[in-house]
Amino acid sequence: MYTSISDGIEGAPDGGDARERAFDERLDRALKIEPPDWMPDAYRKTLTRQISQHAHSEIVGMLPEGNWITRAPSLQRKVILLAKVQDEAGHGLYLYGAAESLGTSRDELVLALLSGKAKYSSIFNYPTLTWADVGAIGWLVDGAAIINQIPITRCSYGPYARAMVRICKEESFHQRQGFDIMWTLAHGTAEQHAMAQDALDRWWWPSVMMFGPPDSESTHNVQSLRWKIKLFTNDELRTKFIDQTVPQAEQLGLAIPDPDLRWNDETKHYDIGPIDWDEFYRVIGGNGPCNKDRLQARVDAWEDGAWVREAAAEHARKHGSDAA
Amino acid sequence: MKKEWPQWEVFVRSEAGLAHKHVGSLHAADERMALENARDLYTRRNEGVSIWVVKSENVHATDPSETEAFFAPSEDKTYRHPTFYHVPEGVKHL
Repeated sequence: MYTSISDGIEGAPDGGDARERAFDERLDRALKIEPPDWMPDAYRKTLTRQISQHAHSEIVGMLPEGNWITRAPSLQRKVILLAKVQDEAGHGLYLYGAAESLGTSRDELVLALLSGKAKYSSIFNYPTLTWADVGAIGWLVDGAAIINQIPITRCSYGPYARAMVRICKEESFHQRQGFDIMWTLAHGTAEQHAMAQDALDRWWWPSVMMFGPPDSESTHNVQSLRWKIKLFTNDELRTKFIDQTVPQAEQLGLAIPDPDLRWNDETKHYDIGPIDWDEFYRVIGGNGPCNKDRLQARVDAWEDGAWVREAAAEHARKHGSDAA
Repeated sequence: MKKEWPQWEVFVRSEAGLAHKHVGSLHAADERMALENARDLYTRRNEGVSIWVVKSENVHATDPSETEAFFAPSEDKTYRHPTFYHVPEGVKHL
């Protein structure tokens, strides 16, 4: 699971010295940049921020779905959800590993999240009120994540691209199990159908916003595109998501909550109504329905786990292969 | 802040007969935890039959700024390849 909350560029590009020219040439020849290679500071900082925010999103993303593990409607749904949430932890760990390869330690990355300095995907600041929300997250949020992530498997930074290959392989299970939940509810009783529609009504617009601000307002696109850490613009990815999801909603017999939605025969894409960007910035700014709960849950996990980390380190010191 | 657990590089043998291949890294307090974490992190879908873990600090690598010079000795020795040699017409099993 993931999103492009921020593709912020830190600092200006470095001066045009020989190393920088060699770096640009590697990018032009579509060669990967690897951890020990020279890279401009701004590239390193931007990637560290992008990858670690992606990692934080995977970890915080475990919370809304984890909320339903004990209340899944059958044992099968429960083991599937457990496996999915475990995958999200795995995705977070692959990505922390990729971010660490740029020279920032794991603890620094985690503490940036806990202090509120680092961001994570805004979508996880919405609550999961019913079981149908678990279906909607898999179908829509993971569906959007796949569209965002597939191009990143070809990005210029080797460790990030390789982590993304693993993640994308696992992600399609996530989307299908979500669609399967929606399908079952949509074809169930009238109440179950209504529950599925309600979940779509609440998750549709936040999912559309996951691709970030419109291209006209996103100042980061150009540099990230040149660096090949982003391969398509926010609007291109958003259009792709809408085009592939609208027919799926029709097959489910559910209505997309957008009265302006219609197929445009000239552009061969769907036209949509206005996106409420005020809501997007309000939630990113810390005032979504669950921002405080999500961060508090991560702080509690870190603090409650401190004695375990210390005890394991002490055990390793006394009994590990390096013990004196 | 307490010192964080060491970082380990993980190598997985995907099936009997193949070599172990680097798949990524993780943190663990000791080698047993590193192996168990590697199983949970990198083989959730039957991706492996054997795992190696090595502390990252014990991995030594070539210097990317010296790549050209370091690998130069093998560059101009085309006679090491069978395609260097002319096989006369009619000669078989060579």
